[in-house]
Amino acid sequence: MADVTPALEMRGITKRYPGVLANDHISLDLRPGEIHALLGENGAGKSTLMNILYGLAVPDEGEILLDGTAVTIHGPSDAIARGISMVHQHFMLVPVLTVAENILLGEETMANPIFLDRKEAHRRIAELGKRFGFEIDPEAKVESLSVGWQQRVEILKALYRQARILVLDEPTAVLTPQETAEIFAVLRRLAAEGHSIIFISHKLYEVLEIADRITVLRRGKVVGTRLPAETDEDDLAELMVGREVQLTVDRGESHPAGPVLEVRGLRVNDDRGREAVRNVDLDVRAGEILGIAGVAGNGQDELVEALTGLRKPTAGKVTLDGQDVTGHRPRAMNEAGLRFVPGDRHRFGLVLPFPVDDNLVLTSYYRPPYAKGFVRDEEAIDEAARRAISEFDIRTPSEHVPVSTLSGGNQQKVIVAREFGGDLKLLVLDQPTRGLDVGSIEFIHRQAIARRDAGAAVLLVSAELDEVLELSDRIAIMYRGEIVAIRVGRTADKEEIGLLMATGQRDAPSAESEPVS
Amino acid sequence: MSASPDTSIEAPEPKARRRFSPRPAAAVPVLAVVLAFIVGSVLILVTSLATVGHIDLGLPLSAYLALLEGAGITTDPSAAVNGLVNTMVQAAPLVLGGLSVGVAFKAGLFNIGAQGQFLIGALASAGTGAAVASWPGPLAIAVAILAGCVAGAAWGFVPGALKALTGAHEVVTTIMLNTIAASVIGWLVTGPLLATGFSFDRTGDLGNATLPILFGTRNLHLGVLASVVAVPIVWFLLWRSTLGFEIRTTGANPSAARYAGMRPAFLIIFTMSLAGLLAGLAGSMEILGITHFMNASYGTSIGFDSITVALLGRAHPVGIVFAALLFGAMRAGAGLMQIKTGIPVEIVDVIQAIVLLFIAADVIVRRVFRIRSGGTGLAELQTVTKSYGEGAVR
Repeated sequence: MADVTPALEMRGITKRYPGVLANDHISLDLRPGEIHALLGENGAGKSTLMNILYGLAVPDEGEILLDGTAVTIHGPSDAIARGISMVHQHFMLVPVLTVAENILLGEETMANPIFLDRKEAHRRIAELGKRFGFEIDPEAKVESLSVGWQQRVEILKALYRQARILVLDEPTAVLTPQETAEIFAVLRRLAAEGHSIIFISHKLYEVLEIADRITVLRRGKVVGTRLPAETDEDDLAELMVGREVQLTVDRGESHPAGPVLEVRGLRVNDDRGREAVRNVDLDVRAGEILGIAGVAGNGQDELVEALTGLRKPTAGKVTLDGQDVTGHRPRAMNEAGLRFVPGDRHRFGLVLPFPVDDNLVLTSYYRPPYAKGFVRDEEAIDEAARRAISEFDIRTPSEHVPVSTLSGGNQQKVIVAREFGGDLKLLVLDQPTRGLDVGSIEFIHRQAIARRDAGAAVLLVSAELDEVLELSDRIAIMYRGEIVAIRVGRTADKEEIGLLMATGQRDAPSAESEPVS
Repeated sequence: MSASPDTSIEAPEPKARRRFSPRPAAAVPVLAVVLAFIVGSVLILVTSLATVGHIDLGLPLSAYLALLEGAGITTDPSAAVNGLVNTMVQAAPLVLGGLSVGVAFKAGLFNIGAQGQFLIGALASAGTGAAVASWPGPLAIAVAILAGCVAGAAWGFVPGALKALTGAHEVVTTIMLNTIAASVIGWLVTGPLLATGFSFDRTGDLGNATLPILFGTRNLHLGVLASVVAVPIVWFLLWRSTLGFEIRTTGANPSAARYAGMRPAFLIIFTMSLAGLLAGLAGSMEILGITHFMNASYGTSIGFDSITVALLGRAHPVGIVFAALLFGAMRAGAGLMQIKTGIPVEIVDVIQAIVLLFIAADVIVRRVFRIRSGGTGLAELQTVTKSYGEGAVR
């Protein structure tokens, strides 16, 4: 193998930001036709390294070699011209344009600088699709495509620009297991055709499945390179985090009691006035975690918003601990014992410019001991903040720094510390670990189980099917606004649930299925 | 993955520490003023050909020194008292106006309507003051002030309610209300409130509703005290009360405010009413303390200057006091500057406008003085530039 000239070699890349060594003499090579996985926690230096490769950052030391020749990459357009292409985690597609228009967007190497040669473009796109095993209609509007197909459009965009080296940044984050398998097939085909792929992910089993080699970064350094055959998930996780990590949460049997949350015939409209939640019946019992699995955009957001008071349902009834709370405001829900970790923590969960202590009392600032009448008790707030910081191990220089300066994991811990404490009856967790590193995920999962064991009802909504499978005592599958099936968590079949998520159909009525209560 | 180097969960947070090196929030405003005076001195030099006939390199310095002297920074005790009193009297309405705009900024609202709220408050106090002129002094004054506050608050309530209930942008509605306020003055002062026996259209004498002069014959009227009192009250409201926390949360992140169980609609209406009240109070004090009547073509720019004051003071009550004192001093000293050096008083307006320019285009200031952007980004400016497309706040 050593005699093959690598398609890409990064040698001794070092990048310092004030106070942080983001990349510390990182060396990485990518062989032609290889799928090379890059693993690491948030802040391990993956982004910095890829930004350097893409010409967005200039390394302080080290060199980049393409096909054995040292090069300087001056910026994204230079990188593209040299055959390096990035497929981003958040799709950079314009929904109202067609597949072809999206692919042509920003294409500056056209023969005719004024008019688009649509016919020729369509022909090339169709041909590329055929070659790599996914035929796509170039005239389809991107908004009409599923996420899995949008992912393919992103890849097609790179191929259209004649990329030889593809960097995929968490390409499977929003895909169902079936879609992931399909994308993997595409990637293997690309590799077989001689394309080289850098695959960034923190789903360990995926990396083991798709990669030819795995390089693990921790705190700006390469801490190990492994072949999939000679490693496993535990080994990789330990490399990433630097200590032993419990990947699967130890959770004992659940002992559910009576229902805490009862939802009957709930209907909710989305922002455009279309019905997003259709006649949902749901029970969450004390001492159990009910997970809702579903492809993003199947009504989960609207359901959560209706249950937490952020959105008014159009019909149906919501009962919390025996009390009718249908259409009540968030404050009333909070006082009835609901705690809520919102999916979009920057939009709902935190006030980023505010200090940590203010964020820790965001939902309780108005009641004793944090306020006496209309006057805030700064001392009580500070003291509670310091307690929460030590209890939940929030890494922050003090309770007075803006919460925006904390890392994502610690920001989420601020929300968890705020919402998990005190006397709660129902805990609604919406994407509680999105974008977090392994250590933070482990922490939050343990806390959720602890609340369950303490008798709280927990409703978990997550786009990560693995998270739902791992934590839930029961799993409700949501498809186009309806709960299409409920499965027992322990015995749930991942394939079947993936199918239900994607199509709303079960193959055959399963013996394990419970009636939707 | 974020593009900036994050720290892992186990590491201490070097990033957090680095970013929190607390650069004084006043850096950009102070340097903007410095830069404005430098640009101002260039203007003085260039225009000195027309004003004094030749270019005199020492002219900017002597002009600024005269400005300071007029504002009370001088060794002559009587001139100093005179100048300082003048500075305070000029600064007082700017403090209230600055608080009006600043409070709105804290709620994420851009109150361009301080001008209209000021005018309507002034009109209400002039009309009411004339009507109760024969009442006992304290009562007459209280009623006249109250009328100004209520009128100003109403002029703030309307755009607040329109914003909260229909989503109408406050910038549009307050500008409209500024024009309406000027028109209402023209109508009322020439009609229902017109006093007889004067050679021009004006409201009647205030009589007992006139604010007393605090000491001697100087024009330090009782209204200056209102500004002094308002500052700690507004500070306490914003930073020590739960209501202020709700206002600031709504301003910083309206979605999080809703999540936290606050009522953004109520808070927007409340804050705009409070902003109107403060501006109306400023107008009331100007009428009851200084002009003592209102004429049909009453003109002022205090409402608009208040926007500059609020921006320069970073929407913080203490910062607003400093900003208002600066502008007050410039107004107090401009006359002496013109007498002594022949530089027209209007240079003060020019410098004030340049300050606003540098605050708005803070990138220039950061470049010139090599301040790294980041922590001190002016949140108020985002309020100025952003436009809600969200419609009504639920």
